[in-house]
Amino acid sequence: MVELLRFREDEPVADPAVTVDAFLDQPDARAVRIEPGDDVSVLLPHLAHVQLVEVNFPVFGDGRGYSAARTLREAGYAGELRAVGDVLLDQLSNMRRCGFDAFEPERAMDPQAVQAALDRWPHDYQPAADGHVPIWKLRHG
Amino acid sequence: MYRYDHYDQAMVDSRVEEFRDQTRRRLEGKLSEDQFKPLRLQNGLYLQLHAYMLRVAIPYGTLSGAQMHALADIAGKYDRGYGHFTTRQNIQYNWIKLEEAPDLLADLARVEMHAIQTSGNCIRNTTSDHFAGAAADEVVDPRPYAELIRQWSTFHPEFMYLPRKFKIAVIASQTDRAAMKLHDIGIRMVRNDAGEIGAAFYVGGGMGRTPMIAPCIREFVPVDQLITYSEACLRVYNRYGRRDNKYKARIKILVHELGREEYTRQVEEEFAHLLTQGIEPPLAELERIATFFADPPFETGLADDVDRSDPGFALWLDRNTLPHKQPGYAIAVISLKPVGGIPGDASVEQMHLMADLATRYSFDECRVTHAQNIVLPHVRKADLFAIWQQLEAAGLGAANLDTVEDIIACPGLDYCSLANARSIPVAQKISRRFADTGKTAELGELKLKISGCINACGHHHAGHIGILGVDRKGTENYQLLLGGSEGDDTSLGKITGPGFDEDGIVDAVERATDVYLARRREGERFLDTYRRVGIDAFKEAIYG
Repeated sequence: MVELLRFREDEPVADPAVTVDAFLDQPDARAVRIEPGDDVSVLLPHLAHVQLVEVNFPVFGDGRGYSAARTLREAGYAGELRAVGDVLLDQLSNMRRCGFDAFEPERAMDPQAVQAALDRWPHDYQPAADGHVPIWKLRHG
Repeated sequence: MYRYDHYDQAMVDSRVEEFRDQTRRRLEGKLSEDQFKPLRLQNGLYLQLHAYMLRVAIPYGTLSGAQMHALADIAGKYDRGYGHFTTRQNIQYNWIKLEEAPDLLADLARVEMHAIQTSGNCIRNTTSDHFAGAAADEVVDPRPYAELIRQWSTFHPEFMYLPRKFKIAVIASQTDRAAMKLHDIGIRMVRNDAGEIGAAFYVGGGMGRTPMIAPCIREFVPVDQLITYSEACLRVYNRYGRRDNKYKARIKILVHELGREEYTRQVEEEFAHLLTQGIEPPLAELERIATFFADPPFETGLADDVDRSDPGFALWLDRNTLPHKQPGYAIAVISLKPVGGIPGDASVEQMHLMADLATRYSFDECRVTHAQNIVLPHVRKADLFAIWQQLEAAGLGAANLDTVEDIIACPGLDYCSLANARSIPVAQKISRRFADTGKTAELGELKLKISGCINACGHHHAGHIGILGVDRKGTENYQLLLGGSEGDDTSLGKITGPGFDEDGIVDAVERATDVYLARRREGERFLDTYRRVGIDAFKEAIYG
């Protein structure tokens, strides 16, 4: 069972993640944590030196973090994007598609089940933050 | 009709296997009911009062004969011999066992069907004009755009956990037959002055406990930006839609609280950003899809004359068939509203018959309407009599389209765990009352809609006559609304006053129709008379 799943080669940042409010007071911090109600766009001017963004999912049914993740990736953020909190097996695939490349679930996960969940879909209908080629592009080249 | 290619088929097949795995983990206790609930809902599986209910998606309401046959087989194999066609152009089965649900989904996948996103807080099945491709007044067939939206919205990774459910309707004619402005997003395909096709976006409509008519937020989105604009509308909603109160979580509340201008500003800002992201399918994809919706090979030179010597047939012909764009053809509507029956229900045998009729007489195609009837869209007029005879023999010959007997009703307290009151017995009593008094034909077009609770699945806000079932101190009570409409002149009904018991509401409906018969002017429908004379004359007759 694993408690931190990472799909990156680099070493994790050891710094504790600060809140968005705290980050705006100390924009040289390297790790920041987003809550569902935070406006992610305030981070966009300061992304160059950020190495870890944690997106908290207090309950898995609150899907604001998916949009936050895509907004960060679309703004060019290339650091670690980690989903934390109520992160469950059946949501991993969509989270990966939205740009998350690390997971710190409240309950540890079975790596085999994780792999099966991530291998589930042969294709994708839409382009997203994972660079997958959408079905319409496969159809038309 | 759209046909799956190997990509579409692979996605649906994978979904079946995913749900088989999720169901197994649930049955083994590895998933809690709380964790399983959104997963089963995204596969259309609800836990109702007596059993699981499974809702199957019928994209834009269009079915082939083989698909209708498969729906019949499923009703026989997994249900008690019936299916229930819904106000969202779908079909529901009311007696499903959890253990069998994955097999049912596998049966659907074999005929290119699924139950994906027919429930849950995600983008639901896209609906459209049930006369698409047959109506004379359309700018273009709306279904290719609806199919493009179906694919974009299917398993959209960002929008599976929205604040609340999300419904999109696409039409392409001036006459609105899909209640477009009562959807989260209503899209009307239009042609601009330069002759180009584009989409007018209406956002923030809906029924439920706070009914609202969607305002237009953009008159013209170019057709090669349709998906990008939709994504912008959804992203703003996903970020800012309310999540503190389930009853204020629909997009209509966000648009209302922000105001149309501010919501539109945010969408336009997001849209400008998303245009740089390359998320729009190429026009070649739209063209690929559109080839599936080309006109069938209509015969030319057919006569428009129909032998009306059988009076029963003549009645059905006048009431249940509509003009087709092609000379010699008609649109025929099969009423699923027999007097005293359950609105929208069809038996295994009836579904098989409708499938056969679609194959033999309507280029292998039928449609489900949001009024819970079935359309044979392309029928030669010369075949109408033979069709009617077969419908009559199967109990499907009711000549009552758009009349007071053509009632929309939700499943109500007979099935639904949300309901406060029963809907079906009220619908049955009303249709019997008007059939017995013989007033149905005289009343003409009269849209009556019944919901068993404030969630408004029976569209009571949009009925010329609406009925809302409520719970009053433990007993079922029915409120009467007048003046709603879902068409081009969309309006919301007003409550007349104190509610009634089950027999009282039937009497009240009849008294309202008597006011119409006494006060109508030449050519006026019930709704027209109501709008002219106002609610007071009706209140006086109902309560006086």
